Amino acid sequence: MQSKTHVQTKINDEEIDFLCEPRQSLLEVLRDTLNLTGTKEGCNDGNCGSCTVTLDGRLVTSCLVLGVEAEGREITTIEGIARGNDLHPIQKAFLENAALQCGICTPGFIVATKVLLEKEPDPSEDRIRFFLANNLCRCTGYDKIIQAVQQAAREMQA
Amino acid sequence: MSTQSYSVIGTRPIRHDGADKVTGRAIYGADFQMAGMLHGFILRSPHSHARIKQIDTSKAEAFLGVKAVVTTKDFPEVDGGKMVDLGEGDMPLAYARGNVLAGDKVLYRGHAVAAVAAVNAHVAEEAAGLIEVEYEVLPCVLTAPEAMTPDAPILHEDLKMKELGEVTDKVSNIAEHFRHVIGDVEAGFAAADVLVEREFNTATVHQGYIEPHNTTALWNNDGRISIWCSTQGSFVVRDSTAAILDMPVSQVKVTPMEIGGGFGGKIPVYMEPVAALLSKKTGRPVKILMPRQAVFEATGPTPGSYMKVKIGAKKDGTITAAQAYLAFEAGAYPGAMVGPAGMTVFAAYDLANVLIDGYDVVVNKPSTAAYRAPGAPNAAFATESVVDELALKLGMDPIELRLKNAAKEGTRRADGPKFPRIGCVEVLEAMKNSEHYKSPLAGAHRGRGVAVGFWFNIGLPSSCTLNVSADGSVNLIEGSTDIGGTRTSIAMQAAEVLGLKSEDIHPTVVDTDSIGFTAVTGGSRTTFATGWAAYEAAQDVVRQMKERVAKIWEVSPDTVEAADGVYKSNGYSMGFKELAARIGETGGPVVGRGAVNPRGVGGSFAGAIVDVEVDPETGKTTILRFTAVQDAGCAIHPAYVEGQMQGGSVQGIGWALNEEYFMSGDGRMMNSSFLDYRMPTALDLPMIETIIVEVPNPGHPFGVRGVGEANIVSPQAAIANAITHAIGTRLTRLPMNPPAIMEAIWCQRSTSRRS
Repeated sequence: MQSKTHVQTKINDEEIDFLCEPRQSLLEVLRDTLNLTGTKEGCNDGNCGSCTVTLDGRLVTSCLVLGVEAEGREITTIEGIARGNDLHPIQKAFLENAALQCGICTPGFIVATKVLLEKEPDPSEDRIRFFLANNLCRCTGYDKIIQAVQQAAREMQA
Repeated sequence: MSTQSYSVIGTRPIRHDGADKVTGRAIYGADFQMAGMLHGFILRSPHSHARIKQIDTSKAEAFLGVKAVVTTKDFPEVDGGKMVDLGEGDMPLAYARGNVLAGDKVLYRGHAVAAVAAVNAHVAEEAAGLIEVEYEVLPCVLTAPEAMTPDAPILHEDLKMKELGEVTDKVSNIAEHFRHVIGDVEAGFAAADVLVEREFNTATVHQGYIEPHNTTALWNNDGRISIWCSTQGSFVVRDSTAAILDMPVSQVKVTPMEIGGGFGGKIPVYMEPVAALLSKKTGRPVKILMPRQAVFEATGPTPGSYMKVKIGAKKDGTITAAQAYLAFEAGAYPGAMVGPAGMTVFAAYDLANVLIDGYDVVVNKPSTAAYRAPGAPNAAFATESVVDELALKLGMDPIELRLKNAAKEGTRRADGPKFPRIGCVEVLEAMKNSEHYKSPLAGAHRGRGVAVGFWFNIGLPSSCTLNVSADGSVNLIEGSTDIGGTRTSIAMQAAEVLGLKSEDIHPTVVDTDSIGFTAVTGGSRTTFATGWAAYEAAQDVVRQMKERVAKIWEVSPDTVEAADGVYKSNGYSMGFKELAARIGETGGPVVGRGAVNPRGVGGSFAGAIVDVEVDPETGKTTILRFTAVQDAGCAIHPAYVEGQMQGGSVQGIGWALNEEYFMSGDGRMMNSSFLDYRMPTALDLPMIETIIVEVPNPGHPFGVRGVGEANIVSPQAAIANAITHAIGTRLTRLPMNPPAIMEAIWCQRSTSRRS
């Protein structure tokens, strides 16, 4: 077994430190060490987007980031999107538009959508589709997800 | 269309598990943790067909951090011929067990051979690499037509072909040949003015759920096994695990965790018995997560198929005869979904002369499983392509041709059943009258296609319990794992009966110890059958509440009437909530029970209209517009019905245009990742328009038919027909990816140059 490294980081606005093996991915650390299981594993090779988090504000698939790379960085996961029990407008829009079925891809979509709408408050349908093409959903056919993002965009601008 | 007015049914409340699923709080199978938990890893075969000469696990067992290793030798001795109920069909125990851990042979690449439990998943994986397996590699066979030839490599030396219901002495890769007949096809073809006959091939495709399989098992010191996993059927996991481990079902308790998609692929057990064996050896809970590559290589995709369909018609469009030859790849063990293909292949038509031959053929690919209306999309691709070609030859509108021959109440299907009230005509009329179909389509290399499809849906047992709380809310206990919002579509049916709001019902999906038997979430049955159980349980609550209020008013319970949640008798009146507050003083808890095994299953028809544009330089097909039409019977929650229609349509689009198991000659899947197994992304699609048709199912209290599956049956054929009209030549092979389309265009150019 490998020796562990001490990592200091900030996750969802809280200072957090953890020990991890060099081979452990950030996804594994989030889920197994820190019990932040809202971030999901779908493929473990960067192709499904279910493990999407932000690292210093940039979208990453956390399965392709090593735990040790989190040192000194800021991470936001799905658990950091709502303020307490107040859902973010994106979360509300996903619920109101029935934009989830099984829900396994939903955390990744919500994290990605937040980055999109913070950068581009009024994206076109094409732009939303392009931006979210990193996130696979197998249940919905994306229609209701796109509508949820459009609704969230309207509400966040209002 | 449904004329009855409801207060809850037909509305769009927010799902009960919604907040948990948008905040990351919902606990899926892979999220489950236990103190002392070990992690497992399964070693898989690198060969598609080989005899296992020897397995040496000693180096793995000696590896630091390893706690146990298991192989097939750790299974108890069982009667391999005993049949196991796998949720959507039976299978001999030897096959069910052989697929979980290989016996003396591996039958596909990825076949599980041994498993390791260790302190963490990395150690388990490393140790699995130290297991030494000596293989004698055998020649493999990968398609049904090849596997049916006399000199093909044989997968199972003990598999005797079943010919028209009789088991023969013939050892063969053909597990079964069945036939359905109506009338005389030869006479029917002789009476036809126009005949079309075509051969079709479809590739193996995967359900592609985003959540890989996962399981945690604990073999407790009292001898009972507890399992926490992602499954479409907790009772299937219980029963199959018990059978494979030769235990009574009462010794296995399965807790279904939240499930990240299934589409039929999460019905069979793969890792549960293995995790249980590892737990037995270690005395600790063992969790196994399946890597994505193994999900592709070693779970149950839907069969690849070879089909031949011939249809004849008179000049006026009347179909005189239809014949189908269906050879489906079962994968490693018998059970290709060719039976359902035979039941659905001509189900949309009222025919006097039919001949259907179906072949269930084993090949060296993973053992196939259900995938959304299993078998029907393959069959509809063939039939609906031929019907489209007939329409062209006859100069008829393709929807009119279908309407002229459409199945209706009283039509007998070739496999036997006579249709009760069905919505085939209504679906076709809705397609014809849609804004999409009436709109013009202009532009070069563009084409419009239509197709219709059928899925029979299933019933099967379901249970439901309702507990009335003193605050007037009701806790709903059920056993149907919720993949797409069925907690809510079931709760809404109870709410409708009780005169409450959807939000007043609190649904929970519980473990197999805590609810009566409930069959799989599959076959479009959950809203239909478990919804019916909830309806029965709610009726039971109403009956008891009438007794309680009668006691308060000192009247006979027979005089009490209940409507919209208000109980009335003799000038008295009391609302459900007020009455609920008084159940303690009138006799104690009110518990309603519903247990059903419904017979009145209502089949569902669905159709697709699609406009495509094909780039003649690259062969890329763009979906310009797509409309899905489906008979829901009664749309309990219309947004979820639309969601099912859109999801099924898009899976159909992926199946039509891109998805396939791309196999090497030695049986290796060359594209076993989401990068290379290309499922549709948001960028590949337009919005998916939906038209919900409601022809109530007379066999359900609210007319529900079930909506999960029929929507995936027609898109492939509709897209094939659209591409045909765009490029002027027909593709008969799925997927219709850019190389296939370029080849078709080149062939067409060289043919037209020659002529």
